[in-house]
Amino acid sequence: MSYQVNGHTVEHDEEGYITNLADWNKELALEIARTENIEMDDERWEVVNFLRDYYEEYQIAPAVRVLIKAIKKSMGPEKGNNKYMYELFPYGPAKQACKIAGLPKPTGCV
Amino acid sequence: MSEIKKFLYVNRKAPYGTIYALESLEVVLIGAAFDQDVSLAFLDDGVFQLTRGQDTGALGVKNFSPTFRALGDYDVTKLFVERESLDERGLSEADLQEIMYEDEDDGWAEKPSIRIVSRAEMADLMADQDVVLSF
Repeated sequence: MSYQVNGHTVEHDEEGYITNLADWNKELALEIARTENIEMDDERWEVVNFLRDYYEEYQIAPAVRVLIKAIKKSMGPEKGNNKYMYELFPYGPAKQACKIAGLPKPTGCV
Repeated sequence: MSEIKKFLYVNRKAPYGTIYALESLEVVLIGAAFDQDVSLAFLDDGVFQLTRGQDTGALGVKNFSPTFRALGDYDVTKLFVERESLDERGLSEADLQEIMYEDEDDGWAEKPSIRIVSRAEMADLMADQDVVLSF
């Protein structure tokens, strides 16, 4: 299973998470978002970039409640809450945003 | 909700070479969703899991030591390290990475998660638990 971006083939697992994290780029993120029926805007990029920074620092894709708490700490309560995050990513802020960010499935998600 | 139980994850093995250390950390992160009273214990070669400056480049495996610093976000804030195990390996607290958590009940004040305890204190800690999981 794979995504096609600019003539390149990027492998992903049965749930759509890319296999090799180094394959990620912004065009791929847009393609993954398209398959998730997500239209990327500044707010969504902000979350995706936050997740990539979090992974860079801690080597882990955070569980959803951890993500929302970290966003609250970093960007304030108007963004760090369930309602805002589920409006951006209706099928799970951590799951969908991690997939788009090219990260593994969040640890603690079943 | 059921009552809160005291869980202790005991880490006795070096971080790489076997899968125990990484598996333990993953179980801790997954189990953190269940709102229990969680502590981690590091003794024997397990103290090497927390050393600073780990570089796994030559091993070809992921260096997961930065993930310990995310434990505070998962409300896992008690990491007990046995002093005798450090001493026996020529290590001191200064050789361990700094792991902090922010105390939500204290104005998000940063506090250290690592607590160095004696072997006798470690024994008391284990005796005080409802569940002990050994890795």
